Amino acid sequence: MADAPAIPLADPAETLRRAQQGKGYWRRVWKRLRQDKVTLAMAAVLVFLLIMVIFAPWFTTHDPYDGSVLRRLKPVGYPGYWLGTDEVGRDLWSRMVYGGRLSLLAGVMPVFFALLIGGFLGVLAGYAGGLINSAIMRLTDVLYAFPSILLAIAITGILGSGLQNTILALSAAFIPPIIRISESVSAQACHLDFVEAARASGSGTLMIMRYHILNNVLGPILVYATSLISIGIILAAGLSFLGLGVTPPNAEWGLMLNNLRQALWVDPVIAALPGVMIFITSMCFNLLSDGLRQAMDVRL
Amino acid sequence: MTALDLTAMRVARASNPAPLLRVDRLTKHFPLRGGILNRAKPVVQAVDGVSFAVRAGETLGIVGESGCGKSTTARLLMHLVRLDSGKIVFDGDEVGVAHGLSRRDLHRQMQMVFQDSYASLNPRLPVALSIAFGPLVHGATKSGARVRAMDLLQAVGLDPMQFANRYPHELSGGQRQRINIARALALEPRLVILDEAVSALDKSIEAQVLNLLVDLKSQFDLTYVFISHDLNVVRFMSDRVMVMYLGKVVELGPVDRIYRDPRHPYTKALLSAMPSMDPRRRATEAPLSGDPPNPINPPSGCRFRTRCAFAESVCERVPPVLELGADGRSVACHMLVAGSGHSRAAVV
Repeated sequence: MADAPAIPLADPAETLRRAQQGKGYWRRVWKRLRQDKVTLAMAAVLVFLLIMVIFAPWFTTHDPYDGSVLRRLKPVGYPGYWLGTDEVGRDLWSRMVYGGRLSLLAGVMPVFFALLIGGFLGVLAGYAGGLINSAIMRLTDVLYAFPSILLAIAITGILGSGLQNTILALSAAFIPPIIRISESVSAQACHLDFVEAARASGSGTLMIMRYHILNNVLGPILVYATSLISIGIILAAGLSFLGLGVTPPNAEWGLMLNNLRQALWVDPVIAALPGVMIFITSMCFNLLSDGLRQAMDVRL
Repeated sequence: MTALDLTAMRVARASNPAPLLRVDRLTKHFPLRGGILNRAKPVVQAVDGVSFAVRAGETLGIVGESGCGKSTTARLLMHLVRLDSGKIVFDGDEVGVAHGLSRRDLHRQMQMVFQDSYASLNPRLPVALSIAFGPLVHGATKSGARVRAMDLLQAVGLDPMQFANRYPHELSGGQRQRINIARALALEPRLVILDEAVSALDKSIEAQVLNLLVDLKSQFDLTYVFISHDLNVVRFMSDRVMVMYLGKVVELGPVDRIYRDPRHPYTKALLSAMPSMDPRRRATEAPLSGDPPNPINPPSGCRFRTRCAFAESVCERVPPVLELGADGRSVACHMLVAGSGHSRAAVV
């Protein structure tokens, strides 16, 4: 093939630059992400939040469980307690930081588990089609019949409260939508000509999955999962608020919101603070997933 | 089968050039979805008893209206859809039977270029990887497959340095179809099926790609099955041409003879529908009216009889058989069979 018609090459340095530009898919995504200031800012906030939560003792001055009747419900800016104190006199800033641990855990872990299980089942259903598809999708429909919050409440109601059960319940609540999404994207991908062309090169299922299905399916599923994280945080907070999630005296944003509810008339600012944290975190995750969606679509 | 028999067969094969691909009574009926209760499922008779052979080194053109089973035939040949009955023999080995050619081996020998250049490339793979995929599947190393992809890009007239890492959406239609051709050639096949491979391209680009195909054919010793609805393109590309109508072959023979003197009424109508450059020979009325009948319930006897000007009662009763004539072409029409009972047929 050396004697194939030679193509006049342009400036070699220029060709080399072009050949190397945009090498991998992920490098392109990163390049595009770098230009998206909003998404970068959201990611920075989340990273900061994560660091703060993981190294909570370095960021706090008080024990989050150390209460005192003498300093109940102090306002924001109270000397020594810059965010004030809660209804039993615990430092609100410390509880906010420590509470983020459980809240983020309850938001991220269920999505992670649901992604593993739901993603696998969904892609399997989408690729296999036929009987396997019907079996998986009809079971999903059964779970779909319940709103996710109701499902989570029912499961924690049966299993009892606590962080583990909250994560379990939320995972179960998130599996159906993730199955649904991954089934539809992979079923779509499987019917495209390029999968047929791959089959025409004599390829087995595993190679087709690896080279042709997963890279088309993973993006949309990951983006959807990111948007579920914020819902997870809100649902976990809701469960705690109802007394079905994390149990007191543990710090968790939803639980704090529930406990401070009674202080609404005394100091509304303090009562709203955990809600603000939930709002900021879930908004960051939502905007991040929007940005990822944009960056991951090579066709744009 | 003993080793001796096999050797004898190989000797026989070498001395008597058997067709590279032989297809015998290929049939595919697609069942339509019926509920559980309505038992009698209607079937679409997409391909019904199609037989033909492709000789090594030739180009067989397949023409016909939309929905006549051209593409289904291609997909059956590639074993992309399961065939209902019939057999496919590639270079003396039957495909898909025990001791025959496995699907995997078949795909090394036979490849296909699809019509839709965009949909047939993975939008998330750099084109070089799309080309390298076949060799990877068949056990090439990563670097080996990449070098092969680079060579093929060069062979189809695209600068590897410039195009290897591009994504399909960054290429034009013609460039994408070149990539598809390179992908088909990656496994060094002996036969390539071109299913409407140039139909979606601009006329100028189409000509370039056709010339490329001709060059590649001699460069790599290829055999083509060229499917198209464009009669001019088929004439340019093919050595022999096969005309299909509603899942059946109506006429098959050398391209010059068929274009100069079509025998089957359908072929005549099809060819007279070609726009002529000569104003005096311009067709004044539509040679064929209406659409082909529904393949779910094709007409009895000859399938073309509902649109044929010469249809008689025998056409309704007896399906015509594809008869090999003395001039090396086969036609399926009662008018050409002596003693068939058609008033225009010769009487025995």
